[in-house]
Amino acid sequence: MSEEITKEEIQEEAQQEVNIPADVLALKEKFGDQVLNVNSGIDCFEVTVARKGIVDICHFLKDECDFEQMIDLCGVDMSEYPSYKDGEARFRVVYQLLSVSKNKRIRLKLEVDERELVESVVEVWPTVNWFEREAFDMYGIIFNHHPDLRRILTDYGFEGHPLRKDFPLTGRVEVFFDETQWRCVYRPNKVENRVLIPKAWPGVDRG
Amino acid sequence: MAEIKNYTLNFGPQHPSAHGVLRLVLELDGEVVERAESHIGLLHRGTEKLFEYKTYFQNIPYFDRFDYVSMMANEHAYALAVEKLLGIEAPERAQYIRVMFAELTRILNHCLWLGAHALDIGAMTVFLYCFREREDIFDYYEAVSGARMHAAYFRPGGVAKDLPEGLLERIKGFTERFPGYVDEYETLLTENRIWKQRTVDVGVVDKEAALAWGFTGPMIRSSGIAWDLRKTQPYDVYDKMDFDIPVGATGDSYDRYLVRVEEMRQSNRIISQCIEWLEQNPGPVTIDDYKLTSPPRDAMKADMESLIHHFKFFAEGYPVKEGEVYAAVEHPKGEFGVYIVSDGSNKPYRMKVRAPGFAHLGALDYMCRGHMIADVVTILGTQDIVFGEVDR
Repeated sequence: MSEEITKEEIQEEAQQEVNIPADVLALKEKFGDQVLNVNSGIDCFEVTVARKGIVDICHFLKDECDFEQMIDLCGVDMSEYPSYKDGEARFRVVYQLLSVSKNKRIRLKLEVDERELVESVVEVWPTVNWFEREAFDMYGIIFNHHPDLRRILTDYGFEGHPLRKDFPLTGRVEVFFDETQWRCVYRPNKVENRVLIPKAWPGVDRG
Repeated sequence: MAEIKNYTLNFGPQHPSAHGVLRLVLELDGEVVERAESHIGLLHRGTEKLFEYKTYFQNIPYFDRFDYVSMMANEHAYALAVEKLLGIEAPERAQYIRVMFAELTRILNHCLWLGAHALDIGAMTVFLYCFREREDIFDYYEAVSGARMHAAYFRPGGVAKDLPEGLLERIKGFTERFPGYVDEYETLLTENRIWKQRTVDVGVVDKEAALAWGFTGPMIRSSGIAWDLRKTQPYDVYDKMDFDIPVGATGDSYDRYLVRVEEMRQSNRIISQCIEWLEQNPGPVTIDDYKLTSPPRDAMKADMESLIHHFKFFAEGYPVKEGEVYAAVEHPKGEFGVYIVSDGSNKPYRMKVRAPGFAHLGALDYMCRGHMIADVVTILGTQDIVFGEVDR
């Protein structure tokens, strides 16, 4: 009886090994210490990689594993995540890759702190240009060797990075038209954020 | 000899063919574009920031306002993403309704695109014809949701309400009329000499460039790559539908026109198949779990349990388990994706919207270089840009 279970377990383990896509295994083999974590996400495989190796890994994934398309790149501010601890890297950069020829997806993640640089992958996929500019604009993540790292979505002369968790929802300034000066001017924003539905976790008393 | 310098021209943001609020700084050598720098963000509303302060249910209407000419297609991506995170699936009837309305939305979008694009290039009549059909589809939107544009009809777990009586008949009538309408558009444009002069060989993108620049949807298909999420990564009931993917040959603006026109015909086919199924198969249109959907109004009035569920649903929302997911749909413009990071609470921790127009507009400089200044308008039109999704 117990033998059967162990056999099943072994089979299960083997099954799990098989389920890891060949690309991820190849990635692990080639960039052993750069691949920090692999997990099968809900929709596709997620690979956490070291910040230093991102350009080489992207080149490898594009050239050897046929991920021809960089579908999306975005930042995430982890500083208010329940499991976040002080001293951990504040931001995450998430890359969504798509292979059109092999019909598969993969998600790359890397961690970066406020004063650290991420190497830009514009040389791998030119479309990344704007996505990196957006992550810089929204979070202040700095992409090294980016050809044109400017703000993209916010106003000319905007200050701060709006998607950071410590940036208020209502913003810091408001624009109004000044009759005396006959032009638009900024003034500090006095609107307070109203919370109609508080954030709640299941089973946790809101107090 | 006087020294000849490049001329820098400002285009937009208040320009009728800037499709909203695009500001372009064009560097010209005579009439030839040397560089086209886009300034976007004039319609940036900070929706992704707002998401983090709203419950999953409250976030639905924001999706109508991304690409505001294909409202339900945006909601579709969001509904699928949340369903994936929750591990639920909408009932079959809801999936058919969604597919039917997603395809009606595709026609809605392509009609606006065709009308506005032709108008940019100088063909007035097409615009009037296309808007006639858009009115019909707006009526169907109104019939199911009460709103002509911003429907908030697709919900995680199904759709808001079942179809009202008689609507299927009306949509059926539309699908019978519609191929004739497309013939009308084609009579005006397909063999039109001026139309061809303005679009053929303008903004050519080859396969490699289309992949590298992150093109999706009709943009990548017109470059000769048969890539369609409805076929390759089917969601809802697209795997039960019979339809073809049109593919272009040269990747110029004329091909993109032909691909989109054919897509309208294919959408019409899908709609007829959905109607056929929906006529014969009544059933529930939302999942039977009142923690995730609001209970029906009469149940709420009649029993205590439903009243509590109703109150909890609207006053607190529902928690979504910790994790992250990316879900994408074949939006009329390309791949529209939603990436959600959930921390286990009733509000998303981070929600990123991948808008196809953002990637396409990023390639505008690449596509415009070496073209005449009048072609910039053609290329912008052919990309099917809507600023609601580009600026978010």
